[in-house]
Amino acid sequence: MRTKQLVLILVFLVSGCGENQEIGCFVSDGAIVVGGQTGQELSPAQVFRKNNGTEPGTLDPHRAEGVPASNVLRDLFEGLVMEDPSGAYIPGAAESWNISEDAKTYTFKIRENSKWSNGDVLTAEDFVYGLRRSADPATLSNYASMLYPIKNARDVVLGKKKPQALGVSTDGPTTLIIELEEPTPYFLSLLTHSTTYAAHRPTVEEFGSQFTRPGNLVSNGAFKLAEWRVQSHIKLVRNTEYWDDTNTTLDEVYYYPIDDVSSSLKRYRAQELDFTETVLAEQLPWIQQCLPNDLKISPYFGSYYYGFNNTQPPFKNKPKLRTALSMAIDRTIITDIILGAGQIPAYSLVPSVKAFKAVPAHWSQWTQTERDQEAQKLYSEAGFNKEHPFEVEILYNTSDNHKRVALAIAAMWKQTLGIKTTLRNQEWKVFLETRRLKTDTQVYRAGWIGDYDDPYTFSQLLHSENEMNHPGYSSEKYDDLINLAATKNAGESRLETLRQAEKIMLEDMPIIPIYFYVSQHLIKPWVSGLEGNVMDHHYSKYVKILKAEITSNNEQP
Amino acid sequence: MNSLKFVFSRLLGAVPTLLALICLAFFLVKAAPGGPFDMERSLPEEVEANLRAAYNLDDPLPKQLLKYIGDIMRGDFGPSFQYRDFNVTELIMSGFPVSLRLGGAAILIALFFGAIIGTIAALNQNTKTDYLVMFFGMTGISIPNFVMAPLLILLFSIFLRWLPSGGLGGGEINNMILPVTALAFPQVAYIARLTRGSMIEVLSSNFVRTARAQGLPTRTIVLKHVLKPTFLPIVSYLGPATAAIITGSVVVEQIFGLPGLGRYFVQGALNRDYTLVLGVVVFYGCLIIFFNLLVDIIYGFIDPRIKSNR
Repeated sequence: MRTKQLVLILVFLVSGCGENQEIGCFVSDGAIVVGGQTGQELSPAQVFRKNNGTEPGTLDPHRAEGVPASNVLRDLFEGLVMEDPSGAYIPGAAESWNISEDAKTYTFKIRENSKWSNGDVLTAEDFVYGLRRSADPATLSNYASMLYPIKNARDVVLGKKKPQALGVSTDGPTTLIIELEEPTPYFLSLLTHSTTYAAHRPTVEEFGSQFTRPGNLVSNGAFKLAEWRVQSHIKLVRNTEYWDDTNTTLDEVYYYPIDDVSSSLKRYRAQELDFTETVLAEQLPWIQQCLPNDLKISPYFGSYYYGFNNTQPPFKNKPKLRTALSMAIDRTIITDIILGAGQIPAYSLVPSVKAFKAVPAHWSQWTQTERDQEAQKLYSEAGFNKEHPFEVEILYNTSDNHKRVALAIAAMWKQTLGIKTTLRNQEWKVFLETRRLKTDTQVYRAGWIGDYDDPYTFSQLLHSENEMNHPGYSSEKYDDLINLAATKNAGESRLETLRQAEKIMLEDMPIIPIYFYVSQHLIKPWVSGLEGNVMDHHYSKYVKILKAEITSNNEQP
Repeated sequence: MNSLKFVFSRLLGAVPTLLALICLAFFLVKAAPGGPFDMERSLPEEVEANLRAAYNLDDPLPKQLLKYIGDIMRGDFGPSFQYRDFNVTELIMSGFPVSLRLGGAAILIALFFGAIIGTIAALNQNTKTDYLVMFFGMTGISIPNFVMAPLLILLFSIFLRWLPSGGLGGGEINNMILPVTALAFPQVAYIARLTRGSMIEVLSSNFVRTARAQGLPTRTIVLKHVLKPTFLPIVSYLGPATAAIITGSVVVEQIFGLPGLGRYFVQGALNRDYTLVLGVVVFYGCLIIFFNLLVDIIYGFIDPRIKSNR
């Protein structure tokens, strides 16, 4: 209990607010009637205004990276496969597909009536062109490694083979054949990612790097690009050539790059945004009290953890010490008190997803007192005690939330094990470099959001040859299992392999799992058609703006 | 003829200043730890090598610098690392008009109200009016932008719903009112103080005493003889202040979500977008040099002492 109190005090010192602080709402809820009499009546203005967090670096689907760009591209383009509001895979530009016996050849049937936004017919050849362009090193794609499951993709990306060698081909205008290196159970989910989108060859070749400008960009999704004012907004309008345009309700979608979360909340309250990208932990109490119906929280396929530097003392070859540090953290204090948005305490790297159930460390079933006792035992076995305390540094990228978590963890280590912890924060890019170099880190903050909804997107991070393996974890057994899962056919046995790998990893504890993310959006009550899903993918195609009558000003002084 | 020669020699003198600025900025930007390709998702080595080669980052620094200076001479600031669909010249040209409009309006408003308030205070020195006006002045200086702006939004956008809380909208005046106010407010206060101080000094000078002795009405004395010398320190303040304010107020642009130059500068620095940061720095440098030159020329018109010294 004492730990809890200590942590509470620390958190209040950091956040500068007390428990009994009064919250002024200035909101009179219930003053809005949504959807008219039927509850589904539409607003005459079908405009959806979203905060997209930051400005996309590019709208070139094959060079794009990051969540903001993906959000816009998902509306502009349609991959072979797409998702329904709940995140389930459904046919997109391809109306159907066949998978061969050996699961290495995928044959897609492109919709016959599908067109580009300029009226040109969309063919299988456009996908071949898009995929080759995506893999071609001349395109300078940062994400081309997503294509590695496709036959010869790695060699093309690395410049060892010509783009024409990529395992994609056509059989007539509507049949696309993709050959894979190995059976890749998550391959269909990759086809929702922008690196696999088709491209409109004539405009790409005519305009070069300017083909993404409004007026030049030709796309095949439910919307087309109308305006792009960098750092101001991106405006999309309905693409009337889209094959499913009759089922599209929205006429316009605005994406605003508001990276300041406080500004975002203010603009939301001023009715200038219908959808916010996220909220701050410090805003949550206010939002929970004042806008409880607008706050939509759902599990997100992401993991927040601390990495050990396993390549150097003091953590190299010290599994007991690493485990002690991991056990001594009471995750529920972090998720419930410090963050408080419903984050899930994590005892494994990989969150549960679809058929895959997370494999928590065996001690996750214990009480925190039991864990603390075991941690103390392991700590002394590692050669430390109250008289000779262990000293460690936590490195994190500058952010209030990371600081609060780090302070709490330092307090728990101090309380349970007597560890002296120093905190060091670095600006984001400096932090990334420090983390990558592995010479000046001991314990550092890390997080990962899955690229596709398969446990492998997490498990591969700790493969000894992965460039993302910043903890420098190296285990032959783990590598073997990951390699096996990468090449083995779909199904339960593959998931079991990944579970085994996770178990081995947790015995070695090269990282400290802390919590699983949740997505946190504010969504206006008149926005209909969106559902929470683990990938946090939302297609504007499904959105309808309901009629909203504000009987009195929603927020009054 | 003399003035032309003066302008020309000043412009010539600006060249080494600019070169020094470019070199310094170039090495500082490159010295910052972390690079444009350090991302949450680390790139495979070969891919990063490919990118570095494409952006000429593998050349030795002096060679990169020479190439950069050569490109600038041709008016090419290079491609942006972060905004990959745009080059830096395009970004500056899209951000500058916004900052210019915002900052230009703010400085004009600040000048107008600041001068009036300062004059009123000076003419009523040490009276209640003076104290009241200067209290307002102190408040203005003491409340920073980042406090002022959210307060304005809370009052005018959320409670009263009169004005938009941010964004450029379709370029309407409405969208500019709050940011301009937030930006102008401290400037009004500062200019008012400058005016007051300067005018009090002028009012107590010999030529004003002579004018009074001659029986001229206060109105004539102030308008004809006092105003001009009063504005000297304000003009010298306005030069760099205008350059600073129209090249983007980082804080105000950030809070109101305006696509001005200040945001590009900050985003560029955070993303290690070398070319964008350098481009904005060079552009900023040119503007400062230009405005300082302008101030010197205007000085000549207001202050005959300077003209004769030239």
